[in-house]
Parts: sequence; C-alpha cells; structure tokens
Amino acid sequence: MPELGPHAAFIIAAYAVAFVAFGALTLFTVEDDRKQRRLLMEMERRGIRRRSATKPAAPSVKMAKPKAAKAPSKRGTPRPRKTRS
Amino acid sequence: MSPAVALLVRDVKLAWREGGAIGVALGFYLVVVVLMPFGLGPDLNLLARIAPGMLWVALLLAALLSADRIFHNDYEDGTLDVLTTGPLPLPLVAAIKSLAHWLTTGVPLALMAPVLGLLLNLPLDAMPLLVLTMLAGTPAVSFVAAIGASLTLGLRRSGLLLALLVLPLYVPVLIFGVSTVSMAIVGPGSPWPPFLMLCALSLASIVLAPFAAAAALRTGLR
Amino acid sequence: MISLANPTRFLGLVEIVVPWLTALVVILLGAGLYLSFFVAPPDYQQGETVRIMYIHVPSAWLAMGIYAIIAIAALGTLIWRHPLADVAAKAAAPIGATFTFVVLVTGSLWGKPMWGTYWVWDARLTSLLVLFLLYLGLIALWQAIEEPGRAGRAAAILALVGAINLPIIKFSVDWWNTLHQPASVFRAGGPTIDPSLLTPLFVMAAAFVALFVLLHLIAMRAEILRRRVRALQQSQVEHAALAGA
Repeated sequence: MPELGPHAAFIIAAYAVAFVAFGALTLFTVEDDRKQRRLLMEMERRGIRRRSATKPAAPSVKMAKPKAAKAPSKRGTPRPRKTRS
Repeated sequence: MSPAVALLVRDVKLAWREGGAIGVALGFYLVVVVLMPFGLGPDLNLLARIAPGMLWVALLLAALLSADRIFHNDYEDGTLDVLTTGPLPLPLVAAIKSLAHWLTTGVPLALMAPVLGLLLNLPLDAMPLLVLTMLAGTPAVSFVAAIGASLTLGLRRSGLLLALLVLPLYVPVLIFGVSTVSMAIVGPGSPWPPFLMLCALSLASIVLAPFAAAAALRTGLR
Repeated sequence: MISLANPTRFLGLVEIVVPWLTALVVILLGAGLYLSFFVAPPDYQQGETVRIMYIHVPSAWLAMGIYAIIAIAALGTLIWRHPLADVAAKAAAPIGATFTFVVLVTGSLWGKPMWGTYWVWDARLTSLLVLFLLYLGLIALWQAIEEPGRAGRAAAILALVGAINLPIIKFSVDWWNTLHQPASVFRAGGPTIDPSLLTPLFVMAAAFVALFVLLHLIAMRAEILRRRVRALQQSQVEHAALAGA
C-alpha cells in the first residue's frame, strides 16, 4: 500500500463505501436472479407450465401489441425450460 | 356552456362543497409555519431572512397534500372512465382539473401567505410581491402535482408516494420563487429575472404537464 | 434491438455473455485499482486524496448515463412498445441509484479534507442529489404498482418527466449557486486534471461500464423470470378457482 498521506482515512473510507455499495448491489442482483430461477424450477417440477398456447395473457413480458412482430412460433408449444443453476 | 367550462365549474363547485379539503390544506399551511419558529428560535431577524423560503416550502407541502384528490374522486366513481370517452381530449381534461386544483388550493394558499408572513416577521412591503410570486408559481405546482396524481391513481399511500415523486421536480420553482422575494428584500439585483423564470416555468407546466398526466391516466385506467 | 425483443432469445444471450463479462469486469477493475493506487501520481494540490476521484468521477458518469438509458428505454416502452424496454428500465434503476449514492458519499468524503465540510451545495453535487431522488421515485413507483405492464408505462412517463426536468433543475441550481457563492470561491469541480491522471480514470470508467452491463443483464433476466413466475402463479390461482368451484 503506497503512502496515502494525512487524509488516508478518507481515501480508505471512500473506497470502502464504494466496495460495500457495489458489493451489496451485486449480491442483491445475483440473489434475486437465483431466487427467480429457483421459483421457476420449483413450479416446473410441480408440473405448472407456461400456457402460451391457450392463454395469451400469460408471461406479461410478451408484447400485448406486437408492433415489433418477432416470430412467436418458438413459444407455441409449452416446453420445459432448461435452467442451469 | 362549453363542455370544458362546464367541467371546470363542476370541479370547482365540488371542491368548495367538500370544503374540508381546502380548509385542511390551509390549516396545514398554518400549522407548519407556526411550527418552524419552535424549531429555529424566536430571533426575528433570522425568521425574516428565512421567511420567503419557509413560506414557499410549506406551501408546496400543503399543495401536495390535496393533490391526490385531483383525480381521485372521479376515479373512484367511474367518472374518469366516462371523461376518457367524452368529447374533451384527455389532456384537456387533465388541464382543467389542474386548473381547478389551482383555483381551489393554490390561490387560497397564496393569498394566505402574507398573513403567515406576519408570524415570520416578513417585511410588509415585500408582501404584495410575495403574493404575486406565489400566484405566478402555484400554477406550476398544481399542474405538476397533477402528473403525480395521475401516476399514483388508486394506489395505497398515494399521498406520500406522490410527494416523493413530485417534490424533486419543484426545485426550480422553489429556487426562482424564493429568490424573487429575497432579492426584493435583500438584493442583490432585481427580482424580475427570477420572476420571469418562474412565470416561464408555470407557462411551460400548463402547456406540457397535461400531456404527461393524460398519458399516465391512460395507463392507470387500462 | 428488434432481434432481442424475444425474451427467450434474450435470456439465451445473457446465459452466454455473463461469464465473459464477469471476467472482463474483474480484469478492468483490477487494472483500474492498480493504476489508481500504484501508478497515478499524487496531485500537487490535493495530494493523495485525488485518488478518491477515480471512483467519484466515473461513478458520476455512470449515474447520469444510466438515467439516460432509462429515459431511452422509456421511449422504447411508450412509443415503440418494445417488449423488453420496461424490463431494461426497471432493472437499471437500482444500479443507477447505487452509482449515484457512491458519487454522493465519495464526493462528501473527498470534500472534507479538501474544503473542510462534508457537504457543499454546489451545482454538481446538488444536481446529483436531485438525480438520486429521481431514482428513488422511480424505484418507489415500480414497487407501488402491482401489475408489471402498468408499472412499466407509469415509470416510463415518470422517467421522461424527470429527464426533461433535469436540465431545468441543473440550470436553476447553477443560478442559485451564483447567488449564494461565498466570498472564497472554490472550484467545486476539482482542479483541472493533468493528463497523467486520465488513464486510471478511463480504465475505472470502463470497469464501471462493464459492471453495469453485467449487473443489468442479470437483473433483466431476474425480472423476466419474475414475471413468468407471477404469470404462472396467477394461472394457478385461476385453475384452482375453476377446479374447486
């Protein structure tokens, strides 16, 4: 560690706060991601599938108004989602 | 009577009849201003210096208190849905309701400010300018508050959320509104440049905010 | 953009990219920190505390840049109805808020040894404080609205209103500052930056950008999955209602 001068405490504090803040953000983000994947696998296991064929309102991330009409053919048949953990 | 005027008259009448809401806003304004010296000390010189800022901040808070009623009642009883399909374009509806809010909340608050200014030792000859400034700035307050009200339509704790969303947007109004009065009292320079900026902000809000409010209403009603 | 509109395809892309991005972040951060501490010389005016700048300034760039991304995503939601636009906006907000928080705290810690106070109401820091409030407002609005579609559109409107207001706010705070500038004028923007100090700055900035992209993609994936979970739970409830009734 190089000589940090008379205000070393401030420098260290600044880097520490940044480290903690970004670290916490990363942890929350990754944990949330894992939790959703877990939930989804749990539901797959219990046999609940995406009913994209019959119920167009299911995953709401699908466009309600397909202006950017991307081929929805892939989602035609419900298939088990492979998720890696 | 054109539909637009009819809507305005109806909203103003409803607000007056409700009475309580306007009274509460005025009462809140009074309470906040009364509270301040207890937190700051009775030094009249200090109070006189912060009086413009205090009066403006308290006015913003009081105006926001009553903001969620801009659309709330009509949302609850379905009138808002009817208005969406009616002869008036939705931005115009939003503008009229914002105007009604200004007439029934902004103007009374602005008129009451000099009285409260007495409590804070605001110089008497600053009071006409104070009222003028607030009358010029409160349209911005009402019209922007309507954006917040339309975004938080029907949500729980909408009052607090509305305030959180909208208060940062009031920074320019606050800066120019307070500066106008301060500069008239203490200087330096003329109070008219910030006053004109304040008017510009109000005019811009009157023109632009209703479109944002209307868009938000549509998302909330779908 | 259009080809990524398909959520499933997007998820596949995320799967592939994440490991590489993680490696990139680690490398860039390592290089940036090394440069900041061991290579960059102390500033002749500020001494060692200039090293705080290597976090403070890139964070500020990211804080503002992410808000711009959210504003563009808002346009994507409202005008072009891009299906992933509101997911992108929602995922970006907490990241932007964190960067803004880091700017404010590092700015405060930089200010104390420099100018003697933990906070100054100068134009830049104050604008960043207001930006922080705008981020909080966005996050609060998303939390408050249950249905993702409505939440996305409402947040998009709020983001655009905020984006339009930011220049006005910045201008008014600038003006306010010139009114109240005390006699001892300090250059709150920091001293002019010597070129030898620039490299660590850009490397840290690149590291932060990589970090943002990485976290953003992961957060977007989480949000897409969260909506699927929600939809499945809802259809399950309907199933149960139909079956049990």
